[in-house]
Amino acid sequence: MTTAPVELDRPDAAEDVRPDRPWVSIVWNDPINLMSYVTYVFQAVFGYSKKKAEKLMLDVHHKGRAVVSSGTREEMERDCEILHSYGLWATVRQDV
Amino acid sequence: MNTWFTRVHGGGVRLRITREEASVVHALVTQLLDLLGGPAPDQRDDGLPNLSFSENTTVSDDPVLARLFPDAYQEDGAASAEFRRYTEASLRDGKRAAAQLVLETLGEGGEIFLDDEQAQVWLRSLNDLRLALGTRLEITEESLERTRALDWNDPRTAPFAAYDWLTYLLEDLVRALW
Repeated sequence: MTTAPVELDRPDAAEDVRPDRPWVSIVWNDPINLMSYVTYVFQAVFGYSKKKAEKLMLDVHHKGRAVVSSGTREEMERDCEILHSYGLWATVRQDV
Repeated sequence: MNTWFTRVHGGGVRLRITREEASVVHALVTQLLDLLGGPAPDQRDDGLPNLSFSENTTVSDDPVLARLFPDAYQEDGAASAEFRRYTEASLRDGKRAAAQLVLETLGEGGEIFLDDEQAQVWLRSLNDLRLALGTRLEITEESLERTRALDWNDPRTAPFAAYDWLTYLLEDLVRALW
């Protein structure tokens, strides 16, 4: 299987980075991951208290998604990669 | 509910698993490893991480691989492609190495000691396995009722039973690690 070359420049995004609009990582609800596992991962990855981790997990479960961390774009991509290593469905975006 | 994993005083987790259960885990993890492209490349001699980039920049057509390696940006294909180029190879190597560690420590079952680091690897790999199987079975929030209504002769009964069993196994490991 091959893929066509992809243009990797992203000038628009690069120019729109303003310090007052932090980046966030978001975890999305999925029908498979266990609630206990997701809570555990939030504690293990971010060092959140059990109470905070449970609240975030319930937000994901009931609202479909939750912002789980914020910071620079690089930090959020790093968080996203770690969350993917745990099998959570995570994305990055600039805060609105 | 069965108990497989017990926290060991002073660190680590003890796993008690029957030969039959171990053979099920072995067969499923072997399938996961195949899906991820076989055993991870040998560690570099100099101990440095593998810095190879993924040549792949688009999300997989295979729903299981798409679930294990999702897009990092919802509405920015170029940013998703770049993220994938920098992360997918190492993510994939990590999941392959984790599956290999599960197979190596599992052996033929019995009583197995996992140190804290190995227990974390087991946690992630069992979850990968459950995600892969659940995605293949097209599990939804309403699946439980549907699968309980399956006829015993339905060919999907066995994989659904394996998925349910993995749910208990993973839940038990999370409980032990907490």
